[in-house]
Amino acid sequence: MIDLNKNFGTEINPNIPELRPGDTVSVHVRIKEGGRERIQEFKGMVIRLRKGGNNANFTVRRTASNGIGVERTFLMHSPRIDKVVVERHARVRRAQLYFLRGRTGKRATLKQKFD
Amino acid sequence: MVKGLIGKKIGMTQIFDEAGVAVPVTLIEAGPCYVTQVRLPEKEGYAAVQLGFGEVAPKRLTSGELGHLKKHALPPLRFLREFRLKNTDCKVGDKVTVDVFGVGERVDVVGTSKGKGFAGVVKRYHFSGGIKTHGASDRVRAPGASSSTTTPGRVYKGTRRAGHMGNARVTAQGLKVVLVDPERNLLGVRGAIPGPKGGLVLIKEARKQ
Repeated sequence: MIDLNKNFGTEINPNIPELRPGDTVSVHVRIKEGGRERIQEFKGMVIRLRKGGNNANFTVRRTASNGIGVERTFLMHSPRIDKVVVERHARVRRAQLYFLRGRTGKRATLKQKFD
Repeated sequence: MVKGLIGKKIGMTQIFDEAGVAVPVTLIEAGPCYVTQVRLPEKEGYAAVQLGFGEVAPKRLTSGELGHLKKHALPPLRFLREFRLKNTDCKVGDKVTVDVFGVGERVDVVGTSKGKGFAGVVKRYHFSGGIKTHGASDRVRAPGASSSTTTPGRVYKGTRRAGHMGNARVTAQGLKVVLVDPERNLLGVRGAIPGPKGGLVLIKEARKQ
């Protein structure tokens, strides 16, 4: 039988670079409002990457005003992602950074990794 | 052209349309099928086409099945299914591939649903069950009353009760074709179809267009 995890029809969006958990990224998403199209930026930290063929995705967490955490999941294959800019890497020891959810302020920052 | 196919369910995934919206898609490995028999109103009393799918080793079939296929120099086929079609404009031996369906068309997909065994009314008919608290812990998934009292003094026929669920022929109607790949014999329809992965499915033109 044909392997479902191979891609069908769509290729991974070429505008997405290789991402790692802990990366601070800014995701530029194309949004259609009525007839107009504009680009919305979402800046935060990658807290998880999920594989799974066409359903592969990554979640970005940012702290909005009043310290409220906002998480947004983007599909790796989505043609709506205009670009993803990786601003810094961080030293992390796990694949899913859920521990950041319970932290605010300085405790929610990670040590930067240079390479 | 025969508007029918036999296939195997591969599973579900999602693809993106022109607007960039993710569409839930079930992939079906459909065809290639062969026309193995044509039934005509003059001869058999109704119009239908028998299609065959899935090449196998000859030893997997009975000699009767082999003879039926050999008559028209067809390969040994595992599944033979009949399709009632108005348009039986074809002859035995014709190959039917996924390109009989186009993107945007509506199809019906017939499959055998997953068997659930002996299931209670909550699972089988979506009864709400009883209450969990106030000492009623033994009535959580109970069906409640099945009828009235002395009048009529019996339970009406057709009252929904626990019993065998699933493993039945189910048709998913009016599904939109979103992907046709003749190279890999792949057909993608929007939404879910009955049956497990690897299950046999029949694809027909939608009855309700």
